Amino acid sequence: MNLDLDALIDDPETRIIVTCGAGGVGKTTTAAALGLRAAERGRKVVVLTIDPARRLAQSLGLTELDNTPRAVAEVNAKNGGRLDAMMLDMKRTFDDVVLQHATPEKAEQILANPFYQALSSSFAGTQEYMAMEKLGQLHKQAERTGDWDLIVVDTPPSRSALDFLDAPERLASLLEGRFLRLLLAPARGPFKLMSAGVNMAMSVLNKVLGAQVLTDVQTFVAAFDTLFGGFRQRAEKTVALLREPHTAFLVVAAPQNDALREASYFAERLRAEGMPLAGVVLNRVTTTQAPELSAERSLAAAEKLEEADKSPLTAAVLRLHADKMQQVVGDHKRAERFRRGHRSIRIVEVPALADDVHDLTGLRQIAELLTA
Amino acid sequence: MARLHVVTGKGGTGKTTVAAAMALALAEEGKRILLVEVEGRQGLAQLFDVPPLPYVERRIAQGPAGGEVFALAVDAEAALLEYLDMYYHLGRAGKALEKVGAIDFVTTIAPGLRDVLLTGKVYEATRRKAHGKLAYDAVVLDAPPTGRIGRFLNVNHEVAGLAKVGPIRNQADAIMGMLRSDVTQVHLVTLLEEMPVQETLDAVEQLEALDLRIGSIVVNMVRNSPLDDDALALAVKEKLPTAELTKGLRAAGITIGDDLVATLATEAHDHAIRIGLERENRDRIDALGKKVVELALQPEGIDHGALFDLAEELRR
Repeated sequence: MNLDLDALIDDPETRIIVTCGAGGVGKTTTAAALGLRAAERGRKVVVLTIDPARRLAQSLGLTELDNTPRAVAEVNAKNGGRLDAMMLDMKRTFDDVVLQHATPEKAEQILANPFYQALSSSFAGTQEYMAMEKLGQLHKQAERTGDWDLIVVDTPPSRSALDFLDAPERLASLLEGRFLRLLLAPARGPFKLMSAGVNMAMSVLNKVLGAQVLTDVQTFVAAFDTLFGGFRQRAEKTVALLREPHTAFLVVAAPQNDALREASYFAERLRAEGMPLAGVVLNRVTTTQAPELSAERSLAAAEKLEEADKSPLTAAVLRLHADKMQQVVGDHKRAERFRRGHRSIRIVEVPALADDVHDLTGLRQIAELLTA
Repeated sequence: MARLHVVTGKGGTGKTTVAAAMALALAEEGKRILLVEVEGRQGLAQLFDVPPLPYVERRIAQGPAGGEVFALAVDAEAALLEYLDMYYHLGRAGKALEKVGAIDFVTTIAPGLRDVLLTGKVYEATRRKAHGKLAYDAVVLDAPPTGRIGRFLNVNHEVAGLAKVGPIRNQADAIMGMLRSDVTQVHLVTLLEEMPVQETLDAVEQLEALDLRIGSIVVNMVRNSPLDDDALALAVKEKLPTAELTKGLRAAGITIGDDLVATLATEAHDHAIRIGLERENRDRIDALGKKVVELALQPEGIDHGALFDLAEELRR
């Protein structure tokens, strides 16, 4: 089945589009191109990118991380749409959450804590939490102000694409965990209320981490405790948001085995989670205008010319075409296998381009191919 | 000589494949090489076509020159329990930590600690002795991607900043000491495309600022052009002599439809543009002044044979 992306972006009921998939398959480019097209067809769009390629960021006029959506210049607004774009700044997003939800005194205490600083800036995993947090914020702002009627979100290039989905749940379940309660306990009540097992665990931590580290952790957790409720609530809300029919997930893949495997995995997972999969974008598919000249014939012709010592240029061009045909056939085979394995999933194939995208014209071209 | 080879690269550049090929290449006659993965993706099992690897070092292949390659998929939770047992002899208490969710805590809210454990295990394997000599002649680490490699390798420095004294501090200092010594080299895998090259340049800058050593830049999936430079220059300007192509195709016995010559010229044009971009990217890599290794594209995909071919290329 073919995926009609124009129908998706033109449907006013589509409020959130999430692009996900393995790294290096053109996730961010797809998000940006769709956002641009939707805007030029009259939607009020904000695109949240995470770690875009430099030239792609430049094409959207993004020169620095500033965590605020900025209007993209030179977007054709004749249909009444607009396009804002931003790059996620995870540390700043985290800081903002703390500043918004804690008393000034407590916020200061948290921001200065060494564990908070490590957690918010240098440790892996935070990006996923913060991407979800930012999506929640943008959605709220859109509802309140009507600034946007479509949010397009890119997902982080994580260890596994699933981290993005798991982040809120994981955070939420962690906050219920006994261990955090346990770390908080000394600040709240006497130790003697705890079981022997808990006592043993605390003494291990003391021994392994040292008293000073444990105190720092406890201070951090205690200061953070008031925020946890809010975190959990918002995380649950964002997950619920992703299950709504207003949301559309697009899995982006390329016709290579690894990327297709990841895409299958992701499609299955979305189904299991009850999250709405709009379809799969199969990017960078090799195409040719001369499929009638097969790789074998092309190669044989090149060899014939080389043996006869005639037109080395023609021989080289034929070899090039033979290489290309091999890729065309391979890509087609893998794409067909994927289609057969996922008959109920809508798929759009996007031909590979020679050049990288580095301006809005390039993005428009990608969008044309996505919706062709 | 370097004994710990850290292999990183942007996702999709083939870093796991290169790490495996490097381990095979290092496996000279009589040598024992350990190949470690830390991302929990079971990439090595897929690559060598074996069932998922447990948290046990097991022999996975023989190198083309006769040495042995062992593989290990490090699991952070198992590594933590092992660590506690090894240094603190905590059989039951380890279980107690697991029960209250401390292990979960370590691997979720503080993912940095996960990296501490993973690097700790690599450190332990690299310097482990058996029968009075090193257990492994070299360790090859299929490391996190370039976007996270600086953080990953520097995590023990961060820990040292948090823990001012105590056993954790000592361990962190020891690991950092090894990573920053000439025992360790970081190899960056890239393709000749904009983003992987940009990430490689950024990573080199970042790693050197952290006092880590760059071993080599591995340019992966290199394709040679059948067109020579003159032809490429013409193709880029869309000035390939169509008359010659028409004549050449006839001589080759190809029946020419209306558009075939134009299509082939367009394909050559697109190809020449891509080669031009690749050369720009290659120049940016060469400007780093590091050792550059090229690995050819394996058009049939990566299987055992392709892995051995890559290992042979690396040995040269």
